[in-house]
Amino acid sequence: LVNCQYSMATFSTSERKRRPRGDRKSQEMTMHLQQTFNAAILTSLHPRSQIDIFVEVLQSDGGNYCASVNAATLAVIDAGIPMKDYVCACSASYLGDSPIVDINYLEESSGSPEITVAVLPKSEQIVFLEMNGRLHEDNLSKVVDMAVKGCKDVYGVLDRTVREHVSQVGSSLET
Amino acid sequence: MRDTPLSACEKNFIIKALGDRKRLDGRQPYDYRKVKITFGADRGCCKVNLGQTQVLAQVSCEITSPRAVRPSDGVLFINVELSPMASPAFEVGRMSDLGVEINRLLERCLRESRCLDTESLCIISGEKVWQIRVDVNVMNHDGNIIDCSSIAAIAALAHFRRPDVTVDGSEVIVHPSDEKDPIPLSVHHMPICVTFSFYEQGKYLLVDPTDKEEKVMDGKMVIGMNKHREICTLQVSGEMLLMKDQVLRCSNIAVVKVTEITELIQRALENDRQARLNGKKFGFAESEPTESILTNQQEPEEIQATETQMDEDSEEEKGMNGDLKTERKSKVKILDKGVGMIGEGGASTWGVEDNEMTEELQKEAKVTQPDHKEVTHTTGTLNATNCVTLKIDLN
Repeated sequence: LVNCQYSMATFSTSERKRRPRGDRKSQEMTMHLQQTFNAAILTSLHPRSQIDIFVEVLQSDGGNYCASVNAATLAVIDAGIPMKDYVCACSASYLGDSPIVDINYLEESSGSPEITVAVLPKSEQIVFLEMNGRLHEDNLSKVVDMAVKGCKDVYGVLDRTVREHVSQVGSSLET
Repeated sequence: MRDTPLSACEKNFIIKALGDRKRLDGRQPYDYRKVKITFGADRGCCKVNLGQTQVLAQVSCEITSPRAVRPSDGVLFINVELSPMASPAFEVGRMSDLGVEINRLLERCLRESRCLDTESLCIISGEKVWQIRVDVNVMNHDGNIIDCSSIAAIAALAHFRRPDVTVDGSEVIVHPSDEKDPIPLSVHHMPICVTFSFYEQGKYLLVDPTDKEEKVMDGKMVIGMNKHREICTLQVSGEMLLMKDQVLRCSNIAVVKVTEITELIQRALENDRQARLNGKKFGFAESEPTESILTNQQEPEEIQATETQMDEDSEEEKGMNGDLKTERKSKVKILDKGVGMIGEGGASTWGVEDNEMTEELQKEAKVTQPDHKEVTHTTGTLNATNCVTLKIDLN
């Protein structure tokens, strides 16, 4: 069983947020994170136990879900909980005539469609897919491709960081 | 109160049937249930029946001050209530996870896709705007509340008329409906949500799952689309892993479904408009069918009657009452009071026989007993000549 809690600090957005947790958007985000990690973590290896993931957003400039998923992935790896693969998330949008990757708050609020994808990079299986705004069906494939490619790039960064960290910890243990 | 969990054998049965591309109610995997849209006497009141799932949407408006970030935009507020009337699993009070999910989905589908022109709802910029509130109440839950609610919400929005306003400097005069005709909301497009449910890690796909099918599914995907093939919202939920081509395939299927349903909504709106124009009565009271059995109403269903072969060994009749009909089609022969017989040659499965028998007998029962006696007890015997005799006890 995976339990998540998502909360945003009141100072995270440009306007002070009144309710850090419990409002609808946070509840929805919590549910999405929970589903994502339930699908990715091998919960059968931890029967009768609950894995808690707490996410706190300190500064929000768009891509909240993506940053939360990437951070939680690293946290789960650091905790030593076995997962099927890294879970990497990235957002993409379609502005003008071209798909763009990793949109920020300004691009989000301008009304353009936004796709958020969480994938397992090696097998390219989509764990979570969400779309807001209006997007024509023909462009869907391009934008999803863009987002998946972005996820692969994120995976590269995450993997490198994990290996560096592990080698650091390993070397400090030896001394 | 907790919902009764689905038994393991029911689960296995549903999944096994999916392997043969069969569903519990006989639909094809990509078929929708029957959609029935009715409008109430009030403007903005719409009830949608999707099979047994029933949802009521009501649109209302009031004048409020706008949000600080958007001073010249009206406000669209959507609220979905899962009332305990719909299912024993729903509770009053704090919204459950499912409630939050449906709320957010509908909000994203209707608000963020900009289906409603919020700028036209502005009265005085920065001070007074219209707040349109859509209240969706789920009255019966038989699966696929999301689709049903989205149809109800968008139909209600299209049906609604808001009072006319005149602005005189800083004074705002709201005209009641008897002074000036109320004006419709400007709906740009109609986003409709289509739900797909996945089974066996994405191997099988169903459109419009019923309650039982929802309990068995691995995960679901909701695509909100309008008839111009623009995707308004897309959400994959549940703990399953998908491939990109599955997502694309689903969006193609969704296009077809959405066009059908949009047409249906337009037709229903047109009918209602005609009824109001011609002074005929309209509203819920008129659309409910009267003079019919209200409990246990079963609509006649199409059943595939498989062609069975004629059997050569029909001479061996043992202990059978009545003649053997040698026609190809199965025909019920009423031999005695309450005894009906169907004679057919050839091997046929019990399942097919049962369906045909019950349907035939229902028809016969209606014809021969017009005072609606109930069939309380039926026994069937299959004797050696593949001929079935039924004895019905009526009280």
